[in-house]
Formats: sequence, structure tokens, C-alpha cells
Amino acid sequence: MSLSAKEKVIVKDFFAKVSSRSDEIGAEALARLIVVYPQTKSYFAHWKDLSPNGAPVRKHGITVMGGVYEAVSKIDDLAGGLLNLSELHAFVLRVDPVNFKILSHCIMVVLSMLFAEEFTPQIHVAVDKFLALVALALSEKYR
Amino acid sequence: MVQWTDFERATIQSVFEKMDYDDVGPAALSRCLVVYPWTQRYFGNFGNLYNAAAIQGNPMVAAHGKTVLHGLDRAVKNMDDIKATYAELSVLHSEKLRVDPDNFRLLADCLTIVVAARMGAAFTADVQGAFQKFLAVVVSSLGKQYH
Repeated sequence: MSLSAKEKVIVKDFFAKVSSRSDEIGAEALARLIVVYPQTKSYFAHWKDLSPNGAPVRKHGITVMGGVYEAVSKIDDLAGGLLNLSELHAFVLRVDPVNFKILSHCIMVVLSMLFAEEFTPQIHVAVDKFLALVALALSEKYR
Repeated sequence: MVQWTDFERATIQSVFEKMDYDDVGPAALSRCLVVYPWTQRYFGNFGNLYNAAAIQGNPMVAAHGKTVLHGLDRAVKNMDDIKATYAELSVLHSEKLRVDPDNFRLLADCLTIVVAARMGAAFTADVQGAFQKFLAVVVSSLGKQYH
């Protein structure tokens, strides 16, 4: 499964269009992750405040969304471009890759909520594929 | 038996009460056929499914989307025994329709995305949690009679 040239354009255009609210998207997506999938809190046991609207969650959501935008800029070579992030997730964070799928779903729910008109099925499928490929690139160094 | 909090019960009743079935049903099914094109395998006699525009304009897809969404009404009215409520439908999907149960999960995800779009800010994290828990029970029940 790979992105066609047309899909890469769709992804780049859509993320550019929503970039002014990228912080909000990231914060909201991570908040949803820990509320709807409470098992993901296990990765953040070191935070004093695990409330979905608290500062640590919102700040980390913004960081994660920054990673997504980095992936957009490296859309032509995700595995190569995200090597450092893959090493981070594989050796330091050791996040079970099943969580990438769950977070992708949360990101898309937020995109659908905030951009109901724009997040058409055609854009949804391109973004879904893109996030799946990002997850794959992040899993590169796992074993 | 699944345990539901008062919030979860109230949320599910409220979400479905406010839902426009004629809009959400077709939107969810057509989105599923576009985003997960392999699901089209079950609709060989639905005519033109060649591209997203054709799928979204297809009247058979729209009609079937409404049918499927109304199928959820039974679970909404019988939250305390969804498994028994769907036993017959599970057999139907397994033995007659031969639908891979993973498709229920795919459709549930698309339904979540559509409901999020319609509800906007009202689709809070807690509402999403309740909605997804409900759909997970439905999906599990529909897969129960497969053997």
C-alpha cells in the first residue's frame, strides 16, 4: 500500500489548509486517546497531571502533531525521513505499534469534528493511508 | 453482561435520538466503501461503485446505509443484552451474507467519523468514549455466532 502522486497532493494540501489549528488538533487528539483508550495512559505514568485538558497532555499533543507535520514534509520518503523518530519510539519510548493505529483514528475523529465539510471520504482515505504509512515508518527500527 | 454507567446510557440514547438516519446511514456506508474499498466485495450487484462520486451518489448504497443504521436501533433499545439481541443477525451475517466480521469494525470507525462531523464540538472525548464502547459491543455481538 503506497500513496499515489495525487494522494500526496491531497494530503499536503489538506494539512496545509488546517495548519493554523494544528496545535488544537494535536491536543484534542491526545486528550481523546487517553480518555477513549485508557490503557494508553500507561505511557505517561511519569506525568503528575493526566487530565485530558491538563497542560502535560495538551503540550504533548502539540509535540506529536509537530511530528505529523514533519512526516508531511517528508512524504516522499517516510522511512528515511523519520529514521530518528523511529529510533526514538523503538529504543527509548518503546511504544507498542498498535497504539499508532489508535492515535491515527483519534486524529481523524478530531479532523472530522473540526473540518466536517472538508474531511470528505476522498480526503479521509488519503489521510488514513498517509497515517498508516507514518506508523509503518515509525515501526522501522523496532526489530 | 456489559456494565453501562448512567452517563453512557444517557449519551447513547441522546446521540441516536438526535441522529438524522437518512443522512448518517448513507454517509457512513458510502464512506466505508471509499475508505476501505475491499468492502465493496459484498455489493457486487449494487451497480456503479467505480469511484467516490459514484459510490456517494448510488441510491442502492444510500438505501442500504439506512437499513444498516436502523439495525442499530435494536441495540440502542436493549443495551443490557445486545449479545442476545443480535444472535440472529450474527448468524445471518455469518452463514448467509458471509461477511468477514472485521468489516463491522471498519464500518463502526466510519460511523464514528460521520457522527463526529455532524455533532462537532458536542462530540466530546467522553461522548466519543461512550459511543465507541457501544459500537464495540455491537461489533462483538455480531461476530459472536461465527464458527
